[in-house]
Amino acid sequence: MKILDCPLNGPRNIQEFVYGGEVAEMPDPATCSTAEWADHVFLEDNVKGVIREWWCHAPTSYWFIAERDTAKDEIVRTYPASEIYATRRDFTVPEGESPGGQGSKDGGA
Amino acid sequence: MNGQDYRLDAPEGLLIDRDRPVSFRFEGQYYHGYAGDTLASALAANGQLMLSRSFKYHRPRGPLTMAGLDCNSYVQVGDAPNVQADRLPITEGLTAAALNVKGSLRNDRDRWVEWIADFLPVGFYYKAFFRPRGIWNYWEGFIRRRAGLGTVDRTTPHDDYDKAYMFADVAVVGGGPAGLSAALQAAQAGGEVILIDENVLLGGSLTYARFGTDAAQGRKLAEDLAAQVAAQANITVLDRATCTGWFPDNWLAVIRGNRLIKLRAKQAVLASGSVEQPIVFRHNDLPGVMPGSAVQRLIRHYGVKPGTRAVVATGNDHGYGVALDLADAGIQVAGLVDLRTQPDATPLSEAVGAAGIAVRTGHTVWEAVPGPGKRCITGAVIDAIAGDGKVAGRGERIDCDLIITSVGYSPLGQLLCHCGGRLVYDEALASFVVTDPPAGTYVAGSANAVFDLDAVQADGRRAGWAAAMAAGLNAGAEPAAPGATGAEGINFPWPIFPHPQGKDFVDFDEDQTVRDVENAVADGFENIELVKRYTTVGMGPSQGRHSALNAVRLTARANGRGLPGAVVTTQRPPFKPESFGHLAGRGFEPVRHTAMHWRHLERGAEMMPAGLWLRPACYPGGLTREAAIAEESLAVRRGVGLIDVSTLGGLEVRGPDAAEFMNRMYTFAYVKQPEGRSRYVLMTDPTGAVVDDGVACRFNAQHFYVTATTGGVDAVYRTMLRWNAEWRLDVDVTNVTASYAGVNIAGPRSRQVLETLDCDVDLSAAAFPYMGVREGVLAGIPVRLLRVGFVGELGFELHCPAAYGEALWDLLMEAGAPFGIRPFGVEAQRMLRLEKGHIIIGQDTDGLTTPHEADMVWAIAKKKPFFVGKRSIEIQAQDRPLSRKLVGFTLPDGAPVPPECTLVIRGTEIVGRVTSAVRSPSLGRIVGLAYVHPDDAEPGKTFHIKLEDGKFIAATVAPLPFYDPDNKRQEM
Repeated sequence: MKILDCPLNGPRNIQEFVYGGEVAEMPDPATCSTAEWADHVFLEDNVKGVIREWWCHAPTSYWFIAERDTAKDEIVRTYPASEIYATRRDFTVPEGESPGGQGSKDGGA
Repeated sequence: MNGQDYRLDAPEGLLIDRDRPVSFRFEGQYYHGYAGDTLASALAANGQLMLSRSFKYHRPRGPLTMAGLDCNSYVQVGDAPNVQADRLPITEGLTAAALNVKGSLRNDRDRWVEWIADFLPVGFYYKAFFRPRGIWNYWEGFIRRRAGLGTVDRTTPHDDYDKAYMFADVAVVGGGPAGLSAALQAAQAGGEVILIDENVLLGGSLTYARFGTDAAQGRKLAEDLAAQVAAQANITVLDRATCTGWFPDNWLAVIRGNRLIKLRAKQAVLASGSVEQPIVFRHNDLPGVMPGSAVQRLIRHYGVKPGTRAVVATGNDHGYGVALDLADAGIQVAGLVDLRTQPDATPLSEAVGAAGIAVRTGHTVWEAVPGPGKRCITGAVIDAIAGDGKVAGRGERIDCDLIITSVGYSPLGQLLCHCGGRLVYDEALASFVVTDPPAGTYVAGSANAVFDLDAVQADGRRAGWAAAMAAGLNAGAEPAAPGATGAEGINFPWPIFPHPQGKDFVDFDEDQTVRDVENAVADGFENIELVKRYTTVGMGPSQGRHSALNAVRLTARANGRGLPGAVVTTQRPPFKPESFGHLAGRGFEPVRHTAMHWRHLERGAEMMPAGLWLRPACYPGGLTREAAIAEESLAVRRGVGLIDVSTLGGLEVRGPDAAEFMNRMYTFAYVKQPEGRSRYVLMTDPTGAVVDDGVACRFNAQHFYVTATTGGVDAVYRTMLRWNAEWRLDVDVTNVTASYAGVNIAGPRSRQVLETLDCDVDLSAAAFPYMGVREGVLAGIPVRLLRVGFVGELGFELHCPAAYGEALWDLLMEAGAPFGIRPFGVEAQRMLRLEKGHIIIGQDTDGLTTPHEADMVWAIAKKKPFFVGKRSIEIQAQDRPLSRKLVGFTLPDGAPVPPECTLVIRGTEIVGRVTSAVRSPSLGRIVGLAYVHPDDAEPGKTFHIKLEDGKFIAATVAPLPFYDPDNKRQEM
């Protein structure tokens, strides 16, 4: 079993981690084309070489980034997600609509 | 009578205790042996070499390796199949039986299979049973009865197995001269060293092989090295332990007794040695034909001589040492044939000459002469070699009952192949060698193609030093490099002598001969991986340990590609068979109990799993299950009921951005949600599929308490953290599921029950309306109160710290007693919510369900800039017509309740399925939810359900909810 070096918890068995997919920049959902959005949602690059992936240490629910060489099956580097996502992300309001709109009905449950 | 006529005097028999006789039974007959014997050695001491019959042709088989590396020695012991007779210690009263026999081992009624062997060519099954169509179905039962090894007893209880975890700076696999030297060298650096060895005695080949004219040389060195290891406090020795798998980053699976040890080593050395390879000649598989190392183990370990008169066939110097060992043991050596034409004289060959043993160079054994029933051999036909694999044709018979061979070894490098190493053919050595050991691993000794005894120890020290250094220890100066390896000339390059009449076995496990391998290549299966699959060479339990070398040689010659660069077939764990018991261990299945768990059991609840939790399905109380569920649901509709909802997920979302975060995670709008109110939450994933739901309670501007489904909360929590790692909002999310216990007190009289208790919250409909949330204290218990309507009646969910859970349950049951309160379970709750048309995520939805399909567009706020899944839902709504829709339905009187997943058929197409259906006692009819074709989704339309018996039933789409369509009852 491989060892994954968690930036928060140190080296742990990879069994303790959950894979979260490749790190991919989300296109602006308000402006991107349908094809771009579908590509983002459904397709991974899956390249040969070093890729960046989301991993979560399940017992501590800590998400971080791992760089992994898919050709050598080696984990190259791990680091906190803040290294890539350093600033707050906000979404623009589509034109002609007001933010914070309210739903029309209180549901049951 | 003792009967151990083949027993030698001390000092031979290192492992046996002659003062402790042991009697046992094999194939119904009583035998005697000594404590320390294995089943195979004790039988050999009694002159019984035959242990089993082969898998395919039912040919007699005897000891092959005496090291647990072959399956000739597999026997059945009680309910345990495939026990290795050469590893199984005998104990008083042990009873064992042979495998692959019909009747008895001696008179196997399935011997006839061999007589038709010529009609069972390689690939027989592929060729014979594919035409005409259906013929396989006819033969399958017959063939399956003949396949497999041993007998499985399905009633066998799970024995006491467990698992352990160990950690080492340096792990060493193999306790021979290389492994002992490696462990000692690494231990001198001060780290934790773990040494794993299969045997009772440390020393490996030192304990049985002969390294020169002094027969005791190896034994003395073994004692010396073992004593040094014992004196080293930081070496942990795992003897009688087998490493069965070598996984990435040096994660080793080690089996010792009934324990599976998961060993993580910073660095690891493979010093597993090598396994002696057979000569391929006619009848080379019969009892009495064995490699020199096997007979040396019998002599030195167990004090057993397996015969009286031997022919030794050798292609290296080791065979001369074996001949001397045989002579010392009182076995007459009728001849030594050396496959080499002009071997160099060595001290060993001179000693053989001095012992008066006749040596014939340039000769081989051409065939073994079978005795009665092929249960033994009575002679060897030897012949002069006339080129690779050919003989001169002047066969000469020598009477003997043993043919002992020594033509080279194959490294036991399979373990390193599990984690990325390779076994590649080296033409100069005529052997496989281990190449490309992965980072953090080292190979030493004969596994590393080093055979000279001094060089083996130096190789071990080199590996141990390098491992210790790489583990970050100060291992001091680098030890001297090994001298000449002594590997040249150990392996005879072509010990394969195909016989025109066959029975020249390459693979003993699978009864594959030279012709089978050649025919596989001729049939077009030219690659060794294809040869393996077509012929099954190397597929047996010994995984090619004694067959891969010759199979690769034959394949390379037959396909004309030559040997350089040839590799063995892919090696996979386990190296040796593991039992399911080892993998299962103690059968640890964690279960979560709610705070009220014991109260449910006291009331006789029938419990059911919900994720890892156990929840009451219903409280039968002497009723049938169906009657109890009906009674519980009617209690909620007409009076008051109480259900444990502690397993419901609970998440605290706090911080200045809490509302913004909720807005992004869920489909509804939360920025303007009033404090003291709850709101439905629906979560979609990036593809727009529905993944979870619950309610969000807003206690203040920066604090939401969000519920999630029992099975979904962990994934929801993880998903929330994943998104915010990207968004960086100022919000804190905590999973408080297990911190809170909860109940739902529901029914028209629920408020009356609560009002009998001391509570600082005004419970009146005006002060605390439907969908309101409050924090307060109820009879001393801090509670969060939620007015929700999952079951469609006036009701209050009360969440309290888990430590108060049982007290809250007792309090409400007591206060509710005068009102006829009835605890209700998950089944009644499912019925009640279905009457209200509320969906359960995961039951009424699947991984593709969209809010449009589930008719939940009302829960989507369209003016928000973003939520997960928003764009996908928009695309679905604009560009794609619905392919199905979730609707409520009713069935006519007298219809059966269709099980979940019953298909909905439209014409000849499957268009959907029933997701929920119950016979509602409140409504007096069957109601349910189903996916139907969008054109059939309007209330009043009819669709068709195909029942399990193939009959169709017409269902009518009904508006939701079925019960209390104006939602008055929950808002009282």
